[in-house]
Amino acid sequence: MNNRSLISITDYSKEELLELIKLADYFEHNPEPELLKNKIIATLFFEPSTRTRLSFETAIQRLGGRIIGFTDASTSSVQKGESLRDTITNVSLYADLIVMRSPLEGAARFANEVSHVPIINAGDGANQHPTQCMLDLFSIMKTQGTLENLNIALVGDLKYGRTTHSLVQAMSNFNATFFLVSPNELRLPSSLIQSIKDAHLNYYEMTSLEEAIPLVDVLYMTRIQRERFADPLEYEKVKNSYVLKNYMLDNSKDNLKVMHPLPRVNEISIDVDDNLKAYYFQQALNGVFMREAILAHVLDLK
Amino acid sequence: MEQRKQLIVSAIENGTVIDHIPVDSLFTAVKILDIENLTEQVTIGFNFGSKKFGKKGIIKVANKFFEDKELDKIALVAPSATIITIKDFQIIEKRTVGVPKTIGNIAKCINPKCITNIQEVACKFTVIDNEDEPLKLKCHYCEKYTTLDHIEFK
Ligand SMILES: [Zn+2]
Repeated sequence: MNNRSLISITDYSKEELLELIKLADYFEHNPEPELLKNKIIATLFFEPSTRTRLSFETAIQRLGGRIIGFTDASTSSVQKGESLRDTITNVSLYADLIVMRSPLEGAARFANEVSHVPIINAGDGANQHPTQCMLDLFSIMKTQGTLENLNIALVGDLKYGRTTHSLVQAMSNFNATFFLVSPNELRLPSSLIQSIKDAHLNYYEMTSLEEAIPLVDVLYMTRIQRERFADPLEYEKVKNSYVLKNYMLDNSKDNLKVMHPLPRVNEISIDVDDNLKAYYFQQALNGVFMREAILAHVLDLK
Repeated sequence: MEQRKQLIVSAIENGTVIDHIPVDSLFTAVKILDIENLTEQVTIGFNFGSKKFGKKGIIKVANKFFEDKELDKIALVAPSATIITIKDFQIIEKRTVGVPKTIGNIAKCINPKCITNIQEVACKFTVIDNEDEPLKLKCHYCEKYTTLDHIEFK
């Protein structure tokens, strides 16, 4: 078991969040191609996630580390029925650090209890995806110059979206005001509303995207999936209400940035891409620098 | 006085009496405490009269002294329970059960995608005891909450 592991965004204090953002900024401007020289990093993807894997592997390569692993459980011993306990025990004898993605919720927390080396959680089902949250924070800091006292709109599927859940948890450290924009069926779970209340922060639950836009500094869009609705008619009713179109940004603040964890389907219209307020592709690139920072931090090299 | 009457019903010389268990929770409490696997002499009383509840359950285990944290597990289903320790037919200690901060592998996580429900991983929970809402358990692994009305004991 390793205490430097990153399993859940709540493992990090406010100070650590800020320290990692600084480190990500450092790596963006100061490439360190020797830092992970002679380190072997395992990337174990028990379910495929090309986007996250490429981002991690780019980060590892930029720091000069070497990679072992698999991209899909069907090509590994897992398919033969090997338990997570055994896979992790084994790989942790080979590698200096394990980056893992699993459809099983709680898998990374458990892996950290059996591993001899630190674990970075690259997503465990609908539970946590802390490096996504860290890159979101880095993106907010870069575009707003601060994390303090911001107005943040979270839009879309707030019930099941782990990205928005983590962002609520992390931004609660920074006196944020939340505009929670979703259809009634997909409102933020009560446990997270409670955590906003516990932090004595303001929040507004709303169903109208257009009402929220002029009020906020960050517009964080997420996808609404059809299968989340018990009644397909409900989905048909709301699906177009949470699509961002370029003209809708006309009355937004100058400093507003539109973010999205990607991949996008149709919730941000393509005509937004050329707007200077669109930030989602840059946001994805920020993920590489942030993952460099997390790798260095977890290995205690920076 | 009530206490004395019960002791006459089936007095134990040494051991533990768990009294004031709601009737509905008696058999769950028996399960949680793993009474079935004890070798000591056990008396289980069902539908006993109680001033507090009308009816109550009671468990008496001879020659067995539980650790507090072992008994506190039943606070989840029987917060009203009283624990009485008896030595030489005398009541040595009487206490109410406390709500434990954590509990181990006695309940199932409600989340079907949780690793504890899919692989051989023992469950652990933090007990969330907020004043204005009923007790709930937060899974150490998947971080989901299981409320008491959905709890399934292993
Ligand atoms: Zn669980």
